[in-house]
Amino acid sequence: MAAIIFLIFLGIIVAGGFLAAFIWAVRSGQYDDDYSPSVRMLFDKKEKAAEEKTKEETQSTTITKN
Amino acid sequence: MELQKFTYDNKITRLFMNATILWGIVGMLVGLIIALELIFPLMSQNIPWLSFGRLRPLHTNAVIFAFVGNGMFTGIYYSTPRLLKTPMFSELLGKIHFWGWQLIIVSAAITLPLGYTVGKEYAELEWPIDIAIALIWVVFGINLIMTTVKRRTKHIYVAIWFYIATFVTVAVLHIVNSIAIPVSFLKSYPVYAGIQDALVQWWYGHNAVAFFLTTPYLGLMYYFVPKAANRPIYSYKLSIIHFWALIFLYIWAGPHHLLYSALPDWAQALGVVFSIMLIAPSWGGMINGLLTLRGAWDKVRESPVLKMFVVGITAYGMATFEGPMLSLKSVNALSHFTDWTIAHVHIGALGWNGMITFGMLYWLLPKIYNTKLHSVKLANAHFWLATTGMLFFAIPLYFAGFTQSLMWKQFNEEGYLAYPNFIETVVQILPMYFIRVFGGTLYITGVVLMIINLIKTANAGKFIQSEDDEAPALHSQSHGVDKGHRIIEGKPVIFTILTLVAILIGGIVEFVPMFMVKSNVPTISSVQPYTPLELHGRDIYLREGCYLCHSQMIRPFRSEVERYGDYSKAGESIYDHPFQFGSKRTGPDLAREGVKGGPIYKPDSWHYNHFLSPQKMVAQSIMPPYPWLISRDLNISTTSKKIRVMQTLGVPYPEGYAERANDDLLKQANQIAKGLRDGGIQVEDTKEVIALIAYIQRLGTDIHKPANNQ
Ligand code: HEC
Repeated sequence: MAAIIFLIFLGIIVAGGFLAAFIWAVRSGQYDDDYSPSVRMLFDKKEKAAEEKTKEETQSTTITKN
Repeated sequence: MELQKFTYDNKITRLFMNATILWGIVGMLVGLIIALELIFPLMSQNIPWLSFGRLRPLHTNAVIFAFVGNGMFTGIYYSTPRLLKTPMFSELLGKIHFWGWQLIIVSAAITLPLGYTVGKEYAELEWPIDIAIALIWVVFGINLIMTTVKRRTKHIYVAIWFYIATFVTVAVLHIVNSIAIPVSFLKSYPVYAGIQDALVQWWYGHNAVAFFLTTPYLGLMYYFVPKAANRPIYSYKLSIIHFWALIFLYIWAGPHHLLYSALPDWAQALGVVFSIMLIAPSWGGMINGLLTLRGAWDKVRESPVLKMFVVGITAYGMATFEGPMLSLKSVNALSHFTDWTIAHVHIGALGWNGMITFGMLYWLLPKIYNTKLHSVKLANAHFWLATTGMLFFAIPLYFAGFTQSLMWKQFNEEGYLAYPNFIETVVQILPMYFIRVFGGTLYITGVVLMIINLIKTANAGKFIQSEDDEAPALHSQSHGVDKGHRIIEGKPVIFTILTLVAILIGGIVEFVPMFMVKSNVPTISSVQPYTPLELHGRDIYLREGCYLCHSQMIRPFRSEVERYGDYSKAGESIYDHPFQFGSKRTGPDLAREGVKGGPIYKPDSWHYNHFLSPQKMVAQSIMPPYPWLISRDLNISTTSKKIRVMQTLGVPYPEGYAERANDDLLKQANQIAKGLRDGGIQVEDTKEVIALIAYIQRLGTDIHKPANNQ
């Protein structure tokens, strides 16, 4: 079954690539902080962040009225 | 800290968004047509390109690669720059990506109904289109990875990781599975054969589900759900863990599509084990998505966007629970080849991909048009239509699946099959097919409401071509690291990845054909290559998409051996480029159709009349008629080329046979046609139907040849 051997070989290469990426990510400190990225992504534009938030709240109230 | 100014381009997002909606409705409508054709087989009006076998690949390709494909690109081109605080690497590459992808879709929409197909499910497109897909995919990849390299945030948000895994894996899958040797501009034979081809195909097929329908959409989930709910993801840690676990496990699960087939047992077991393990990371994703909304369920009540996300993520959880269950051999024995599979994939497609796409569009379009959604009411109506539509689609098909499978397996007290007539098991489930059409119609109606709603929203707002943003450069954020070092640190990553991909592609293309050809050694001495006429007949079988309704894989169960004949052996399909095991038995298995004295053998004349009008032979048949096979002449100018390609692939035709092949072909055709004429059927030797009959009568006969009968 050449195909099995070939796919296992290929699977190992792909998984090996992922493993290298994983090691790189950990080493370079990608996961040192496992909380703030989830909050940071909520703000598109730094200076407008606060303003957006209020806007969105008003939006959701208008929706309720509909 | 010096702030750098830059802009996000919304034009490319809008282009992909429009394409998503357009191809979405097209793909779903084609789905509706083929669902109707399964109830009204004469609906195609004898127009070849409208028949079920031609349109079904169009439906699957349109929904997967056009609707979901454009949907993922919409989200990726919107979220990537914003997450990385930089514009996309190149607007030009973005445009090439967009127009290239649409061109690929259009060429698929033309070639598939015309019958140009490789004959491998979900990988039907012929080789020039395959090459185009590979090139455009790499354009997308360069654009994505280079954007990551040029980012202004040190941290790469989890969604981006999902996008990158999507790019890398789909590139490898597509190329490995598509390697073929061309016969002509729109015809090729895959380098793999039989069980090997099946294994590669389902390795591809399963990972296409994983890396085309799942990982990019998980990425979208991790961006759009927090955005729409305006709250952070439940657990960022969990998102990282389940990402890595998911991509490590998925690669190995493919063999669960070939349980009880001629694939070696240990490979089947490997597939089962990894499939079961996949529950964990999949549910990690579902839980993370749903719990993001904890404490915000009041928002869910009000927002159609969040409602759609909730149903979408729930559907993802259901499908990823069901998948491992279907991988259990005992469950698979029941579910495989039935409508259960169709129900399963539609929970994924309608629920997960559909709902996430709709939710994203409802959130995104008002945003880039700087306005509010035209009507929340209408969107809510869409939500209910989609949800009930999905249920009306899937639940009847679950019943259809159980019912038919149990009927196939039922023995009566005398020990005979209780329903020896296949058609009985078809008629029994037709009511379910009606309800499925109803469910699909509801779902599509919802999409129409969405289109109206989105157009009105766009008209009310003003399109924002690009948005300004500013952020400090990456180097100024990390202390003590100088600018030069940063740049070098970024580049090797991209170079390593791109070289790796290049080496992989080059290596695969060079090495695979050699490797595969050598390994195609016959293991059953009586198994011989197809005659030239049978080979042509086989190509007609592929062209008409017969494999989408008929399997050629008899599993080693008493019920199947009684019904169809001896179970299928791996050695029987070694010259099958591509394999034709099939995945669905809308009609009976054909693996032993040609075995004289076998349980389902029919004479040539029966097949002739059956192709002309199945309903004339089996009154309630739902197989479409194929009158054009009877009027069309067989194109025998390609015979020698086909034989030569087969020889290259290791099929042992004698040397120089390519030049003589048509002599044999005409002889065999004359024999079959003469037999038919003797029975009073007026037919010429060189009509397509003769080749197809030759192929059908060949099926399964190799190991039943008197000389080698063990
Ligand atoms: C829409 C699904 C569908 C498609 C497409 C389809 N078939 Fe069928 N086929 C059926 C059904 C259902 C039956 C059982 C009823 C009957 O015999 O007509 C059947 C029966 C058959 C039989 C008879 C099997 C037996 O011994 O009872 C043959 C042979 C056959 N099909 C060949 C083909 C070929 C060749 C093609 C492609 C040109 C094809 N079918 C396409 C659904 C389909």
